[in-house]
Amino acid sequence: MLLNVGPSHPAMHGIVRIITELEGEKVLTSDVEIGYLHRAFEKSAEQRGYLQVIPYTDRLNYVSPLINNFGYCLAVEKLFGLKVPERAQYIRVILSEISRVADHLTCIGATAMELGAFTVFLYMMQAREYLYELIEAVTGARITVTYSRIGGLKADLPKGFEAKCRAAIQKSRKLLKDCDGLLTMNRIFVDRTKGVGVISQEDALSYAITGPFLRSTGVDYDVRRAFPYLVYDRFEFEIPVGTKGDNYDRYLCRMEEMVQSFRIIEQALDQIPEGPVLTDMEGRVIPASEMVDEAKMGRTEGLLQNSVTGDPTLEGAPRDRYPAFETSNMRAILPAKEDTYGNIEGLMHHFKIVMDGHGIRPPKGEAYFPVEGGNGELGFYVVSDGSGRPYRVRVRPPCFAIMAALPVMLNGGMFADIIPTFGSVNMIGGELDR
Amino acid sequence: MSELHKKLKEKFSQAVEEIHSQHGDETVVIRREALLEIANFLKADPAFDLNVLMDVTAVDGLGMGWTPRFEVIYHFLSLRRNHRLRLKIRVDEKDAVVPTLTGLWHSANWFEREAWDMFGIRFDGHPNLKRILMYEPFEGHPLRKDYLHDKRQPLVGPKN
Repeated sequence: MLLNVGPSHPAMHGIVRIITELEGEKVLTSDVEIGYLHRAFEKSAEQRGYLQVIPYTDRLNYVSPLINNFGYCLAVEKLFGLKVPERAQYIRVILSEISRVADHLTCIGATAMELGAFTVFLYMMQAREYLYELIEAVTGARITVTYSRIGGLKADLPKGFEAKCRAAIQKSRKLLKDCDGLLTMNRIFVDRTKGVGVISQEDALSYAITGPFLRSTGVDYDVRRAFPYLVYDRFEFEIPVGTKGDNYDRYLCRMEEMVQSFRIIEQALDQIPEGPVLTDMEGRVIPASEMVDEAKMGRTEGLLQNSVTGDPTLEGAPRDRYPAFETSNMRAILPAKEDTYGNIEGLMHHFKIVMDGHGIRPPKGEAYFPVEGGNGELGFYVVSDGSGRPYRVRVRPPCFAIMAALPVMLNGGMFADIIPTFGSVNMIGGELDR
Repeated sequence: MSELHKKLKEKFSQAVEEIHSQHGDETVVIRREALLEIANFLKADPAFDLNVLMDVTAVDGLGMGWTPRFEVIYHFLSLRRNHRLRLKIRVDEKDAVVPTLTGLWHSANWFEREAWDMFGIRFDGHPNLKRILMYEPFEGHPLRKDYLHDKRQPLVGPKN
């Protein structure tokens, strides 16, 4: 019997269609059809400037949008050869780890709910709420954040963030412990997930699967360890590795990864330095007081009295939060608002970044930057032709490779095993289809 | 990796067209006839040991005036040696066929389907070269530069 699972199905996270051939309850063959959420990210990215692509990247893996943002910006910064200031790197690490925890919470919570553990789902959603409150405090949005910029971040952390973050981590830890107690030794959960959806190590490597999926089969490949980016090489954290490659191992890997992510966040909060969060092309930090019109004319008296106060709605953009820099041919960031409204160089600078035809222009070339996403290696391959628009932006989606391997895991099992297996794949429609 | 590159160039001197390492990404441009041979070598050779095919994609060089027009790009990773390699093959529009790597790595299956769907590059020997992201009656190959981003498609009615 041929049975369609999806595309509209309550247990299909996002939209995907699995065409299964059944004999009674046993799955003989299965075929996966994707593409229902294809929104032409790669084509749209070619029509916009480099900065305008960042909101598109939010919508890729929409449960951990900050990781996508940072991955894209890191790829473009690699084209420039830029290094982001230290404080910005630490902030990026903290927010990436918060996003990763949110991703794993959603995955495990949804899988548990489909197996009947509704309490676990609600506890994990509560934990995710604490994290969303943090993200909202920093970026202003819960999911579609658009927080990263090429060369740094949109704005600095708000006051009191560290205390809020530590409190949220404590509360989330307690909730995770409760969920662990509810699921890990739970007879029903273990029976439904142990030995189900097994994939061998060779198969996983042949299908280019990465992330917690690959680690559950025994290979300890984590992009944060193998090709450290940002400041991950300064933190102590472990990489959980499973043995059997079944659903239960993947669940344990993800739970342990969340604990390790909390560890990373706490170490980052201890080590984070003060400093600027944006940089210019040459990495110079030139204070704004040196580049005002009047000073060039030699009329320096009364300078400090002509101050511009930024609008309170432009929080994060005033001069004391940004380093300012002089006008030059290639720039990446907008000037501080006092300069945009205060003097002509700032205005010209702002114009040259924002207007079409000008804008951020990396040198001609290409760069591939791999980042550890919630599902595995998220790679951005950016090709630049020297103009203000990216010539080609390619996202290597981690769950694309995993979904290609789904028939291998489903064939030969029972129909009811599709649910926990598919849940542990953590397919995010936005990332799979782009 | 540069000694390894030289070794690759010596071993396949006609097939390897260019080797460069822009921004630290080692890249090798080869001719399409030698793809299977080189891929087998890269997988088996202990110095390269590239056991994971991370990504297969393509770039359409029409906007930059490239001849041949397309570049098919393969990203490889070696877990044990911890290095990466990018392989490029240049193909022309009229003859956009490249041998498939599905026999060596299963990941090539879906990635090559996507390259066919988006660019129209055929993969010789692929078991199931259908569209993957677009629907079957879709006309054209969307990521090509001559496919306008606001182009309309003919309406397709429901299949009952």
